[in-house]
Amino acid sequence: MSEGSRIPDDRRYTSEHEWARPDGDVVVVGISDFAQHELGDVVYVELPAVGGRVLVGQEFGVIESVKSASDLFSPLTGEVVETNAELSEHPELVNESPYDGGWMLRVRADDLQELDALMDAAAYRKLIEGE
Amino acid sequence: MSEKANPPALLRTALAERHEALGARMVPFSGWLMPIQYEGVVSEHLHTRSAAGLFDLSHMGRLQITGPDAEALIQRATTNDAARLQPGAIQYSLMCNAQGGVREDLLVYRFERGWWLVVNASNREKVIRVLEELRSEQQLQADVRDGTFEFLLLGLQGPSSKDVLRPFVDDDLEDLAYYHARQDRISLPGGVPGQEVIISRTGYTGEDGFEVMAPVLLAGALWDVLLADQRVRPVGLGARDTLRLEAGMALYGHELTDEITPYEARLGRVVRVDKGPFVGREALAALKDQTPDRRLVGLSFGPGAVPRAGFGVWSDDVEVGEVASGTFSPTLRRPIATAYVRPDLAEAGCKLQVAIRDTRVPATVVSLPFVPHRTRPAATRS
Repeated sequence: MSEGSRIPDDRRYTSEHEWARPDGDVVVVGISDFAQHELGDVVYVELPAVGGRVLVGQEFGVIESVKSASDLFSPLTGEVVETNAELSEHPELVNESPYDGGWMLRVRADDLQELDALMDAAAYRKLIEGE
Repeated sequence: MSEKANPPALLRTALAERHEALGARMVPFSGWLMPIQYEGVVSEHLHTRSAAGLFDLSHMGRLQITGPDAEALIQRATTNDAARLQPGAIQYSLMCNAQGGVREDLLVYRFERGWWLVVNASNREKVIRVLEELRSEQQLQADVRDGTFEFLLLGLQGPSSKDVLRPFVDDDLEDLAYYHARQDRISLPGGVPGQEVIISRTGYTGEDGFEVMAPVLLAGALWDVLLADQRVRPVGLGARDTLRLEAGMALYGHELTDEITPYEARLGRVVRVDKGPFVGREALAALKDQTPDRRLVGLSFGPGAVPRAGFGVWSDDVEVGEVASGTFSPTLRRPIATAYVRPDLAEAGCKLQVAIRDTRVPATVVSLPFVPHRTRPAATRS
């Protein structure tokens, strides 16, 4: 799968397979194509409340597939300004469109420079090819 | 006690290369490398309920019992009354321990020339050992032959199954009633005509369907021919589990364990204490008319987090039970679970909660199955 896995250049990646993409003054967060493929059919996504805080490297939610639940880890520290309301009715968006329609959070970053510590697309590809 | 340096290699069915070529995700399952999914659990599940799903079930243990005391051996080992079976009939049955706890659930097939037991992959060796011990203890003349590696077992389940299978089978499938089997002949295009197989109208999905036991050499050809039908898609063990849970069917290790009795599991109907001696009979006869300590129920949930085996079941501030199996139901599009709960709370409509991570998620007791069965009714009772 890693050979066919999409890894867009316009965002950065964590070792737990989340991505972070700056968009104006917020950062959009989701999970990678590799991650959605590993999970299988997504049936539920548990996200924090708007107004809540996320901390870099800490668990911010849970993603459930048919078989199991996995933690979601935040790529950055900040305040959740929006969560993807579509996911409650259509969790399969995470599988179908992990980088676009399957987005999870929009976060107002405490410090955008935190993203520099994340992997770029090339580094992330190396990581998943090793998995 | 040290870990073994080299654990035994996983067993592979004769179809393993085909699964891999289809892009299946293969996982270890009870000592076998099996396909858990091909396209995806949800789509395979939904396809089975709307057309036809094809399953490689060759990890299941298949034991042939023959000899003058074959029936006597089966009667000693199991709880249901095998004497009631006519040739060509099948019954669901249990093997219990001396305390009445369930060691195994299985299907017992009777034919003119002998019997077949279809058992869980995880319990195959245990069942063989139990049969051999009973045979020796009771001095019975019976042969126990493990046919698991000689014969493939394919499942074809779903409303289109009969139409898909019909062209390849000599006899009319209409006549094959639910929970019945026969030795029949399969003829494949370009192949040797009339090769003998066992076909049963059984399954683990709640849909109409068939299970076909065929010699390994015939197996690949049969799989290929069935899969070539547009209506058929391959289905893995992931969807097998969501299908059987929707159908309210037990899985050993979850709804059934050595510590659970058939009465707790709502399987009293397959325990016949009057049929004669069998392992666990005294304990079961004593338990039969008592209120069990806990009862198996179905739990229905609103959309949200998925309950899983082992999660606690609560009635407000009191813990009253435990989830046996939990998953997302593709048909109902919401989570479902089975659970063992205090018997006074086992009535449909009871409002309980399941602890899922930090939350007590509301659940309602419902009767099983979650999805009505669409299997054919039995032609005769057996």
